[in-house]
Amino acid sequence: MKTLRDVEIGQTAVVKKLHGEGPTRRRIMDMGITKGADVYVRKVAPLGDPIELTVRGYELTVRKADAEFVEVE
Amino acid sequence: MEIKIALAGNPNSGKTTLFNDLTGSRQYVGNWPGVTVEKKEGRLKGSEYKDVIIQDLPGIYSLSPYTLEEVVSRTYLVSEKPDAIINIVDGTNIERNLYLTTQLLELGIPMVVALNMMDLVRKNGDKIDVKSLSKEIGCEVVELSALKGEGCDGLIKKAVALAKGNAPAERESVLSGEVKEAVESIEDIIKGSADDRFIKWNAIKAFERDEKAVAALNLSSDKKAKIEEIIEKTEKDLDDDSESIITNERYNYITNITAKSVKKGRAKGELSVSDKIDRIVTNRILGLPIFAAIMFFIYAIAMGGWSVSIGTAATDFTNDVIFGEWVPGFFDTLLSALNVEEGTVLYGLIQDGIVAGVGAVIGFVPQMLVLFFLLSILEDIGYMARVAFVMDRIFRQFGLSGKSFIPCLVATGCGVPGVMASRTIENERDRKMTIMTTTFMPCGAKLPIIGLIAGAVFGGSPLIAASAYFIGIGSIILSGIILKKFKAFAGMPAPFVMELPAYHIPSWVGVLRATWERGWSFIKRAGSVIVVSSVIIWFLSAFGTVNGHFGLVDNLFEDETVITDEYVTQLADKMNIPEEDVNAMDASLLASVGNAASFVFKPLGFGSWKPTVATVTGLVAKEEVVGTFGVLYNYDDGEEEFGEEGEQIWDRVAADYTPIAAFSFMIFNLLCAPCFAAIGAIKREMNNAKWTWAAIGYMTGWAYVLALIVYNIGGLIAGQVSFGFGTVLAFVALGCLLYLLFRKGYVGEESSKNLNAVSANA
Repeated sequence: MKTLRDVEIGQTAVVKKLHGEGPTRRRIMDMGITKGADVYVRKVAPLGDPIELTVRGYELTVRKADAEFVEVE
Repeated sequence: MEIKIALAGNPNSGKTTLFNDLTGSRQYVGNWPGVTVEKKEGRLKGSEYKDVIIQDLPGIYSLSPYTLEEVVSRTYLVSEKPDAIINIVDGTNIERNLYLTTQLLELGIPMVVALNMMDLVRKNGDKIDVKSLSKEIGCEVVELSALKGEGCDGLIKKAVALAKGNAPAERESVLSGEVKEAVESIEDIIKGSADDRFIKWNAIKAFERDEKAVAALNLSSDKKAKIEEIIEKTEKDLDDDSESIITNERYNYITNITAKSVKKGRAKGELSVSDKIDRIVTNRILGLPIFAAIMFFIYAIAMGGWSVSIGTAATDFTNDVIFGEWVPGFFDTLLSALNVEEGTVLYGLIQDGIVAGVGAVIGFVPQMLVLFFLLSILEDIGYMARVAFVMDRIFRQFGLSGKSFIPCLVATGCGVPGVMASRTIENERDRKMTIMTTTFMPCGAKLPIIGLIAGAVFGGSPLIAASAYFIGIGSIILSGIILKKFKAFAGMPAPFVMELPAYHIPSWVGVLRATWERGWSFIKRAGSVIVVSSVIIWFLSAFGTVNGHFGLVDNLFEDETVITDEYVTQLADKMNIPEEDVNAMDASLLASVGNAASFVFKPLGFGSWKPTVATVTGLVAKEEVVGTFGVLYNYDDGEEEFGEEGEQIWDRVAADYTPIAAFSFMIFNLLCAPCFAAIGAIKREMNNAKWTWAAIGYMTGWAYVLALIVYNIGGLIAGQVSFGFGTVLAFVALGCLLYLLFRKGYVGEESSKNLNAVSANA
C-alpha cells in the first residue's frame, strides 16, 4: 500500500482511501484530503517532520505519522 | 425585539476583522460557559440596529464533534437558535471554506454567505461568479472586503432582513444517489425526536454515528438498530465508512459548484508571492537560522538589555521613574497636603501597599505591549503557523506543540507576557500545560537571586546561572512528560493537521487592536489579584507586636520606651540573630509567620525564618527575595546603595548556608509559585479557579520535590549532608518522580476518540 508518506517532495498524488480512526482522521478529511483529491507534497520541515502539502488550493501541514493513514494511488 | 446573528467561518477567513467592523467598540469578550474558548459578542453599529447582537463563533473548519471550538459552535447554533447566520468565506480559498458552508446550510437557519477577501481574489486574477454560486448553494452571497470595509453595509441589510423573515426555503441536498436515500430514510425514522428544522442535520449526524447528536435525540433502541442497519448497508455498498462517505459527498458537491462558478487566474503550479516567500522562510536549510534570527530579534526588542530593547527600557522607565519617583512623589505631596504624615497606617497602606502594588502590575505593561505588538505582527502575517511547523518535531517529544516555544522564550524575559503568549495555542490541553510550565524559565527578576547565590556561595561561578536555565528547561520537559500521563491531559496528541495561511501584509489597525486587547485584559483581570496580595504582604511586614505593643513596627522601634535592652536581647534570642542585628523587620508579623512556617523547608536545607520570609516576599516580585535578604541580614542603608545582587551581604549569607543548601534555596525560588503578577496572568488565562490553583500547586510541589532531592541526595554525594530522615524522604520522592516519568499513561476509551471536548457540553 502506498501512502502519502511515500510520496516524494515535488510530486502530486491522488488520494485513494483514508485509514485509521478518530479525530485526526476526521480532521484530515475535513481539511479536504478526501477520496479523489489531488495532493501535492510541497516540502519537509527543517527538522525532517512534519510535511507541507498543497491541497484544494491551499497549504496544509501534517505529521509524517498521520500521512501514513492516507492511501494514495 | 432582540435579533441574534451568529458569525461563523474558518480560522483566517477575516472573521475578527469583520466582527470589529460590524460592532465597532461595542463588544464584550468573555469565555464560553465552562470552557476557556473566547466568546465575543457585540451590538451592531448604527442606531437603527441597536437591537441586533452579533455573536462571533470560534473559527472552525467543520461541525464535527471533536474539537472544543467545534462543539461550542454547534451547541450554540442548535440550542440558542440564532435568527440568522453570517457565514464568512475566504474567497481565495473557496473550496475548503465552502465545506463548512455545506454543513451550516443544513441547520435550517436563515443564512447569508459573505465572500470575503474579494480584493485579493481580483488581484490574483481569479473570477467568482457570485450569481451562479448563490443559485447553486441556494443562499444569498455578498461580496466583501472586510479589511477595506467594502460591502459591510449591504451584508448587514441582507442579514437583518433574513433574520426578520421566515425560515429559509427547502434547499437541494448536497448528498446524491444512495447516500441521499439512506439519509432520507433516517430522517423518516427520527421525525418527531427533534425540532423539525434540525431533522436534516440530525439525520446526517446520525448517519455519521455522531455520538453527541445521537444521544440528544433520545432514540429507542429499536430505532437505533434500524438506523445502524441503514448505515451498514450503505457502507458495504460504497466500501467506505459513513463519516468518509459524507465528507466525500460534500467535497464532490463543492468541486462541482466551483467548477461552474470559479475561474482561477493563475495556472496550476505557478507560484504566488506568498509561495515564493514561504520557499525561503521555511526552507530545509535556511528555515532554522531564519527562525532563530526572528526570535532573537523579538527577544532583543522586547526583552533584552541593549539600546534597541524598547520593551525593557519602557518597563524600566515605568518601574524606576514613573512608579519609582513620580507617582510616589505625587502621593507624597497629596498626602502631606491632606495632613497624612509619613509613618501613619494610611500613608503606609497607600504608598507601600497600593501604589507599590499597582506599580508592580503597570510596570510590566509597556514591555508586554511591545511584545504583543511584535507577536501580533507575526500572527497577522502568517508566520506563527510556520513557527509551529518548524518547531513541532522538538516539542512533540515531550507532549507539547511547536507553538509552546514562544511562551517559553518570552518567559526568559518575564513570565507574565510568557503566560499570556500561550494564547496563540489553539489546543486547550496544550495551552494549559504550557501555562503550567512556562514560568519555570528563569525570568529577568529571578536573575538577582541567581546572582546572590552564585556570588555569595559559589564564588560567582557562571555554571550556577547556566544550571538555572538547564533546571528551567529540564523542568518544562519533565513536566510535559509527567503531566501528559494524567487523565486531564491524556489522550491522543492534538492532531497536528494545520493550515499554513498565505503570507500577507499586516493590517496595522488589527495588530494594534489585538495588542491593546491583550494588554488591557491583563491590567483588568490581573490587577485586582496583585493589588490585594501586595496589600496583604505589606500588612504582614509593616505590622507586628513589639514588646507587647501592636502597631507599625518601624514606629515602635523608634520609641525608646518600647525598645528596651531587655526586649532586644529577647528578640535576638528568639530569632537567633546577634543583638546588634535586630531591626524592625524582625518583630513583624511576617517574621513570626516565617518563624512558625520555616519547619516546612527543613528537609530542603533552609528551614530558618530568614529564607522563609524572603521566599514569601518573593511572591510580590522575585527580585524582592534579594531585597528582603538585605534587610534581614541587616544591610545598613547608610553607606552605599544596596547592590542588585546583594553584594554587601555575600559573606554573611555564605556563613549561614552550606553550598548545597543555598543551591536548594535557589532551585526552590526559581521554580515555585511565580510572582503575583504572573499568578494574575495565569488566573486570567486559565479563567478557572480550580485550574489556577492546580497550576500554582503543581509548580510549588515540583519545586519542593526537586529541591528536596537535590539537597539530600546531592548533599549526601558531596558529603555536605549526612544520612537521615530527609534522605529517605528524598529517595522516596525520587522514586515517585521516576515512576510518574516512566509509567504507562492514562489511556481512556473516551480520550482516544474525543480530542478535548471533555466538558464542552457543560
